[in-house]
Amino acid sequence: MKIEILGMGCATCNKLEDTVRLAIREMGIDAQIDHVKDIKKIMTYGVMTTPALVIDGEVKVAGKIPSLAEMKQLISGQSRV
Amino acid sequence: MAECCATDNGNKKKINYYIPFLLIPFAVLIYIFLEQGVDFLVYGILQLDRSAHLTEAIRFFLYDTPKVFILLTVIVFVVGIIRSYFSPEKTRKALEGKPLFAGNIMAASLGILTPFCTCSAIPLFIGFVESGIPLGVTFSFLVAAPMINEVALVLLFGLFGWKTALLYASTGLLIAIVSGWVIGRLKLERFVEEWVYEIKAGDFQMEERKVTFNDRIQAGYTAVVDIVSKVWIYIVAGIAVGAAVHGYVPENFMASIMGKEVWWSVPLAVLIGVPLYSNAAGIIPILQALLEKGASLGTALAFMMSVIGLSLPEMIILKKVIKLPLIIIFVSVVATGIMIVGFLFNLIY
Repeated sequence: MKIEILGMGCATCNKLEDTVRLAIREMGIDAQIDHVKDIKKIMTYGVMTTPALVIDGEVKVAGKIPSLAEMKQLISGQSRV
Repeated sequence: MAECCATDNGNKKKINYYIPFLLIPFAVLIYIFLEQGVDFLVYGILQLDRSAHLTEAIRFFLYDTPKVFILLTVIVFVVGIIRSYFSPEKTRKALEGKPLFAGNIMAASLGILTPFCTCSAIPLFIGFVESGIPLGVTFSFLVAAPMINEVALVLLFGLFGWKTALLYASTGLLIAIVSGWVIGRLKLERFVEEWVYEIKAGDFQMEERKVTFNDRIQAGYTAVVDIVSKVWIYIVAGIAVGAAVHGYVPENFMASIMGKEVWWSVPLAVLIGVPLYSNAAGIIPILQALLEKGASLGTALAFMMSVIGLSLPEMIILKKVIKLPLIIIFVSVVATGIMIVGFLFNLIY
């Protein structure tokens, strides 16, 4: 599983990364986490608000930080927020 | 603008949608009886000396603080609900293919309503330009979004009355429309970094979950928690400064440097205000103190608009996508607009 955080280094982007890390640690999942800071790459996903969360190439959240519980659901593929 | 976008709303407890509505009558009651209540407390219970400066300062502080907070909470809540109907993606769609002038008007208006924060300025800018929205229209959005701010609107309304608030909002909108239009006419596309035009943005459509009215109430509630928790300290500090000035600094103290007879006060206020960056909450109580001591409304408004509308951090962020000449033109055009508004107000009042 590949999880990407799209954001240019703002405080909220880092917070999103923390939430992702916490979620996968608690779930015991092995995932590759990338923090994408290159704006050209970010734009290829077509988001207009950061931070955004991409799981396996699919944008799941843009412009807000899901809670830990929501994050776990997203990672386990149960729902989108 | 300082109220930076992303919020983790999921960690907070969900509230029932009827609770805010139950609280509104209380807020209205407190608002109506606030002045009598404070007078009763200050003169009746505490028995403070009516003529003392300290009493005046305490009374001012006790009256203004709850008043501003009630207004702030209600307006931010309502704006939060309204904003849940808008998104940058929808705004972009609405602006696509709009001609210059009409596009500027729409972009400026949508700039007020679309949730936006400085940290998303770049993806938003690229997203707009890339989908063919003219540069001038994009700038109208970028000027209006920070310039017309709900916290500023509330504070102006609460402290100076609805006329000032309305003047602020309408002139701010006008500045955004006209400066975007001017930038559009100047044909400055060459000052946008080349790579911006080369980006092939993915067309991403996030499946929209059905948004219920309860969700929107939740969005309003989140906005209140988010914004009030960020700005309350500035507001209290600002009102305290205002109260101190109110009680102690002599009347017309500011008139000699910020009064309307002093023509250079407007450009000076803008010159000082542009590099300064503060959120609206911090600046307005200080404004009040200035006004009360004889600064003219035009000068004070120009100062406020330049502080919240134009900021160094935003320029630094935008520098990544646009070249320096365009940044300079952008700042000059908007600053000129603000100055004109300042002079106009000084003339009228």
